Amino acid sequence: MIEFLLKGILRDKSRSLLPIIIVTIGVSLTVMLSGYIRGAMGDITDQNARFETGHVKVVTRAYHENMDQLPIDLALLGVDSLQEVLSTKYPDVQWVKRTRFGGLIDVPDENGETKGQGPAAGMSLQLLDDKSGEIDRLNIASSLVKGNLPTKRGEALIGDDFAHKLQIETGDEITYVGSTMNGSMTFKNFVVSGTIRFGVAAMDRGTIIADIADVQEMLDLFDGSSEILGYFNEGVYNDDKAKTLKADFNQNLDAADEFAPMMLTLKEQNNLASYLDYVDLYSAFFVGIFVMAMSIVLWNTGLLGGLRRYQEFGIRLALGEAKNQIYKTLILEAILIGVIGSVIGTAIGLGITFYMQYEGIDISEMLNNSTMLMPTILRSKFTPDLLYIGFIPGLIAMVIGNALSGIGIYKRETAVLFKELEV
Amino acid sequence: MKSLLVIVFSLIIGGGGDFPDANEILKKVDENLMSKNRITESKMVIYGRRNSRTVTSKGYSEGDTKSFTEYLSPEREKGTKMLKLEDRLWIYSPSTDRTIQLSGHMLRQSVMGSDLSYEDMMEDRELTEIYNAKVIGEETIEDRKVWILELTAKVDDVSYESRKSWIDQERYVPLKEELYAKSGQLLKRITLSQVERLDGRWFPKKMNYKDMLKDGKGTDFIIEKIEFDADIPDYIFSKASLKK
Repeated sequence: MIEFLLKGILRDKSRSLLPIIIVTIGVSLTVMLSGYIRGAMGDITDQNARFETGHVKVVTRAYHENMDQLPIDLALLGVDSLQEVLSTKYPDVQWVKRTRFGGLIDVPDENGETKGQGPAAGMSLQLLDDKSGEIDRLNIASSLVKGNLPTKRGEALIGDDFAHKLQIETGDEITYVGSTMNGSMTFKNFVVSGTIRFGVAAMDRGTIIADIADVQEMLDLFDGSSEILGYFNEGVYNDDKAKTLKADFNQNLDAADEFAPMMLTLKEQNNLASYLDYVDLYSAFFVGIFVMAMSIVLWNTGLLGGLRRYQEFGIRLALGEAKNQIYKTLILEAILIGVIGSVIGTAIGLGITFYMQYEGIDISEMLNNSTMLMPTILRSKFTPDLLYIGFIPGLIAMVIGNALSGIGIYKRETAVLFKELEV
Repeated sequence: MKSLLVIVFSLIIGGGGDFPDANEILKKVDENLMSKNRITESKMVIYGRRNSRTVTSKGYSEGDTKSFTEYLSPEREKGTKMLKLEDRLWIYSPSTDRTIQLSGHMLRQSVMGSDLSYEDMMEDRELTEIYNAKVIGEETIEDRKVWILELTAKVDDVSYESRKSWIDQERYVPLKEELYAKSGQLLKRITLSQVERLDGRWFPKKMNYKDMLKDGKGTDFIIEKIEFDADIPDYIFSKASLKK
């Protein structure tokens, strides 16, 4: 039976070509867009995790309330012992200390007076501690544009664009001007060991990266850091695991102490939760609209096809074939056409997804003034669900379309068929 | 006829028209607060969320264009010097042996974590020179009768577009001030106290600056010693004095 229907589909192109084209276009679009949205969202989440949020983060309650202002005065103290406790209690998470700080970078002339200056977005890491994994985590080595990684205290990396703007070369001395955790004015000279470009507009603007020990001394953060970030050993964010970890850590939170350490999950930071939920919602909405629109088009195509095959159905009914039987073959035919269209569409969609996984779309122009942590190139990502995310709706749309158009068969009166067919 | 007489009488006695000229009040305030030059020894008590600290300094100023401040304590700040000439500000840091010039939006940053900005420290022009004044009422603060003045900027390069000043009616010093942005947002509140007679003028020796955009109790600026119209050598207001 299937073989017979397949022959019919292949030989009678006017019966199958248009529906296959429609299903192919719809399915390939769904696969391609889903792959792109997943890739872009994955990149954004990953970027945020690596640079800012961690998979989980520990800060003081007071710091959390003003996190956007990077309030150094509300930083965690006693971080060495806290880091040890976290490592013992949660060994499947890697814990690292980081401090983010703002200030001013001043470049001296030959007389030691200001030649140029710009606002700095500083980040201190366990840069000289090989076990921290921070250099790999932030792709620092591969993001180096000029020079080398800091090898000793007193050295720092700065953003390549920033270096260009202030005409700084590697080996030059620059001065950081800012405030300590007590509000005192602080100055520190750094030797620029290299320049860096992450490809993240918000990071590349005024970055200075130095070892945490230098910054602790510079900001009077003795045994302190603004945050401790946790990264799951698997390297991938798992929201359920993060929530469990958070609930366990925060159950002993001292509500009266505003400097008590508290844990946050990745999704709770940088508005990522609403952002990710928003994208999920719109992805589902998009697939729903696609199924509905395609069903309407295929219904219409089925009706046109039905009209064209009016005589065929009439003869088949006149020869005694049951209405049910004809309807069944029509649905089976739709399933076959749906499968063919969906397979071709999925293959095309996946092909474009694989291409976009390497090429991506450059959005750097749009991010010039953005403060959001976003990669400048958004790439697609292949995930196993792309194999069925377009296939199933494509098939369903084809079957629904034909099922609706085939209902007309039941309206035919066998008694008037011969008259109708002018036999 | 009787009620008309009452209205006329009340207008003469207590109506809105018997306030003195606001610009005259402001002129008297300037006479108290301004001088040709001055040498000040002061301390700033900065109240933080975790702790409080005291910063002491010695400052020299001449007119509204020149000032020099050397921080004396605590150890972290000791030896840090600031020089203001016209609208430029240099800071010398002994730990890095660098002289850094601050300009633009950096001047709106807090000085030593206090509630005062560099602009607050630098602004030393006569009020009559930069503001138009209007008396909008009177009140009593700490048992002293005050005029409430509304000041509106008449020049562009002013740190605060408008301010409200509560001026002591007898001594002509402000006891309270509110400083507003162009948008009308209240940025700072200053409470002035310990008004003393110094060299024939009334002068508030304690000022509490409260940055309304920050939490906390604000910053107390306390003048421990002040000398008006002193003999200040010219080299004090030179960049060479920063590294001395």
